[in-house]
Amino acid sequence: MKTAKTIAIIDYGAGNLQSIFFALRTLGAQPVITEDADSLRHVQGIVLPGVGAFGAGMAGLKVRGLDTALRDCAQAGVPILGICLGAQLLFSTGYEFGTHTGLGIIAGDVIHFPPLAGNEKVPHVGWNSLYSPAADRWEGTILTGIAPLTSFYFVHSYVVVPTNEADILARTHYGGYEFASVVRRGNIYGCQFHPEKSAEAGLTVLKNFINL
Amino acid sequence: MKNIRIIPRLDIKGSNVVKPVQADALRIVGSPHELAQRYYRDGADELLYLDIVASLYGRSIDLNLLRSVTENIFIPMTVGGGVQSVQNARNILRFGADKIAVNTYAIRRPALIRELADEFGSQCVVLSIEAKRQPGNWWEAYTDGGREHSGRNVIDWVQEALTLGAGEILLTSIDADGRRVGYDVELLQQVAAVARIPIIIYGGAQSPQSLYEAIENGADAVAAATIFHYNEYSIHETKGYLQEKGVSIRTL
Repeated sequence: MKTAKTIAIIDYGAGNLQSIFFALRTLGAQPVITEDADSLRHVQGIVLPGVGAFGAGMAGLKVRGLDTALRDCAQAGVPILGICLGAQLLFSTGYEFGTHTGLGIIAGDVIHFPPLAGNEKVPHVGWNSLYSPAADRWEGTILTGIAPLTSFYFVHSYVVVPTNEADILARTHYGGYEFASVVRRGNIYGCQFHPEKSAEAGLTVLKNFINL
Repeated sequence: MKNIRIIPRLDIKGSNVVKPVQADALRIVGSPHELAQRYYRDGADELLYLDIVASLYGRSIDLNLLRSVTENIFIPMTVGGGVQSVQNARNILRFGADKIAVNTYAIRRPALIRELADEFGSQCVVLSIEAKRQPGNWWEAYTDGGREHSGRNVIDWVQEALTLGAGEILLTSIDADGRRVGYDVELLQQVAAVARIPIIIYGGAQSPQSLYEAIENGADAVAAATIFHYNEYSIHETKGYLQEKGVSIRTL
């Protein structure tokens, strides 16, 4: 019998962890909500969730020693999935309420949406589609089996701008602006949308992550 | 392109979904578990879950019931009813909510909006407005499930709430609610003219046509109860209609 994979959900004081917990449990994983850096040595995957501001998020990680632990896990090849703010924290620098150093696991910046066409509102709230920047890039990733243009649920005012084009796994268009909605570097993934709130398509993404 | 959201609304009293029919009369519609699951399967983009008597009786919502409803629903849930503090809101978020709707206690103490936005971010704070049209063509904000007036002009209240950090508006027309006369489009237009945040319109939906009219007049999301609760129209069917009209909609 296959044992359920233990997936850590990082609790650093930012946001709704319960939905991610429910979703991972429904999918047959064994989720553990933790703020203990040492506990990350024994897990098969890590979800870094989060809502809120970049600076506060980094401070929440640092005070628990989770910044170093996450970099170590990334180095060791443990699959990591950043969601929303969690995805943004994977980057080098965030420009929300000042300039903040991020985890630096993926090279790039986190910036506010530029002024948008069509008077579109910020935050970007609601369901929006994913586009693949190149054919076949999704196969074998967390987007395996997702049809192009499938919608996911977004809530954010800031976007990630990866330095390396190759780190962009999916893009999304909003108000005439195109941003990276899924990023990937090896086993490290970031989703700007909330897979745990994106119905069956979101559950597919989480299932793919568990199976990495 | 961002999609317009279709949002069923669950008014909760005790452990039931209810529908206010007239002034003080309620009709029991069914179980929140069954309705939430049905709407989730049918393609609802989000759910509203509002305890409609919590603030009236000065109590907070039933968290165990909330959790049992949310644990199998993987779309955003906006939850409200008697929220009066950051601690209240934190509990509700821990039990599966994604956004917090506030009305009564925000009108009594507007700083509540800022406290919630500072703690959880603006995207988490939904200002629920119960608007009643007044002689002289203005709308007054009501509280306690449409029972009490506040004396506040809805437009002024929206503007103040925006400066305090509200991230979204749930705009209910008390006049239209339960009467199946279509949404109060004029109210929607006036609020849309001052609000640069998403607006969910509610109250009075008669058919998918009503939803289309509201979308044409600036709604970012449309909420309805009766037409969905009684299976007059399914979410799927409603979305099909809107899509034919050229509205951008998430499809399953």
